[in-house]
Amino acid sequence: MTAVSCEPVPALALQFERGLAAPICLTWEWTYACNLSCAHCLSSSGRRDPAELSTAQMRAVIDELHDMQVFYANVGGGEPTMRPDFWELLEYAVGRQVGVKFSTNGARLTAERARRLAATDYVDVQISLDGATREVNDAVRGRGSYDVALRAIAHLAEAGMAGFKISVVMTRHNVPQLDQFAALADRFGAQLRITRLRPSGRGAEVWPQLHPTAAQQREIHAWLTAHGEHVLTGDSFFHLNALGGPPLPGLNLCGAGRIVCLIDPVGDVYACPFAIHDAFRAGNVRCPGGFAEVWRSSPLFARLRTHTSGGACSSCPQYSACRGGCMAAKFFTGMPLDGPDPECVLGHGANRPGGRPSVGNDHSRPAAPARRVVVTLGMPAVCAPARPCDSSPLAGAS
Amino acid sequence: MSLSAAPFEPDRGYRLNPDVALRPEPFGALAYHFGTRRLSLLKAPGLVELVRGLGSHGSVSEALAGVDESRRPAFLQALAALAASDMIVPQP
Repeated sequence: MTAVSCEPVPALALQFERGLAAPICLTWEWTYACNLSCAHCLSSSGRRDPAELSTAQMRAVIDELHDMQVFYANVGGGEPTMRPDFWELLEYAVGRQVGVKFSTNGARLTAERARRLAATDYVDVQISLDGATREVNDAVRGRGSYDVALRAIAHLAEAGMAGFKISVVMTRHNVPQLDQFAALADRFGAQLRITRLRPSGRGAEVWPQLHPTAAQQREIHAWLTAHGEHVLTGDSFFHLNALGGPPLPGLNLCGAGRIVCLIDPVGDVYACPFAIHDAFRAGNVRCPGGFAEVWRSSPLFARLRTHTSGGACSSCPQYSACRGGCMAAKFFTGMPLDGPDPECVLGHGANRPGGRPSVGNDHSRPAAPARRVVVTLGMPAVCAPARPCDSSPLAGAS
Repeated sequence: MSLSAAPFEPDRGYRLNPDVALRPEPFGALAYHFGTRRLSLLKAPGLVELVRGLGSHGSVSEALAGVDESRRPAFLQALAALAASDMIVPQP
């Protein structure tokens, strides 16, 4: 994004802190159904929710996005292609000038689909891949998922789909593979996208084992500083700016409720895709006034758009660089929202005791392997305790 | 990165690229190019007006004549940047 400025105006970040007329980065999850059970799934996906939006309701939201001039939506899930009406809705959105960037694990991306996608304007595809090798990827995403993703990537490359994305969540096991990911993307004419692991959804369970070490945070920062201009990040590493040096490309602020939000498969609107929790639910697109009303008038979003103080971070000289980091990362690790990020590179987030919030919206399949975690890869297997909700939906409710 | 073949020429007439949509925002407008899928920010309401009306003038210089003199150099620079990113294009 470029800014064309022509007179003294408040800094861009300040403009954006007050919120925009409509989101720039809208994530829209089309279903909680998923053929995989990734250990770190931030939406705890698995089973379809019976209350998911119908085709007609989905079209109505697309019409609203058209009217609000939301130029594209980041479509995800679950696995969005599990919806029987996925391709129909994709065509409808594109026809209404709402571009679609969708994330997929590639299972349904046949050679024929790849050819059709390559011939469609306003569509971008992101293939999720969390290891540059089968071993590292499958430990998180499940057995066979590496081969499925690579097959889809090959189909897209063969179809001549220019600039599709390979999207990687950075974990303790794949940080050493950054160069391999870049080489893989180059090999297929794709663009690499790396994003930050969040302790959201099932990610809360594996966060202690999977989130990059302090040394790896510095490695990611150095790598992005050297290679950043060719790599997308979804603006997700701005907490690393506290390491100093030129800021990473991007807006470098928490966009939750300001420029970012999430519509989930049942139409609930959350402040950001990493904050699927009642505490960050602003409303529902089925309510009178629809999505526009939620975006413009939700009291939660109004609060998020007021200037926030640095809280415990305000005395830190790096606060203006990192802005306190990620709201969702703090929330789901039980830390105060006006305090340091759990991955604060100056170490202020370490060893802060705090209770994790209850999880309100879990669509994991009961037998999903991810429930008995996990990700061994050279370390002793650790079993995450089962959640109280696994046995009764009311157990443990406070 | 310059996408336009020709350099910006203020003596020519320009117009908003038909592939570009402008979304009004409190600070001015958000410009989205459906072809390149790039976003730009027009960070002044006056600039948004100028860009919207550009096509009805025979040249950029003529369009700028309606702008307060003190703001012209900055607006001209902004238009050059918009031409470089294909947001505005020479009139056919």
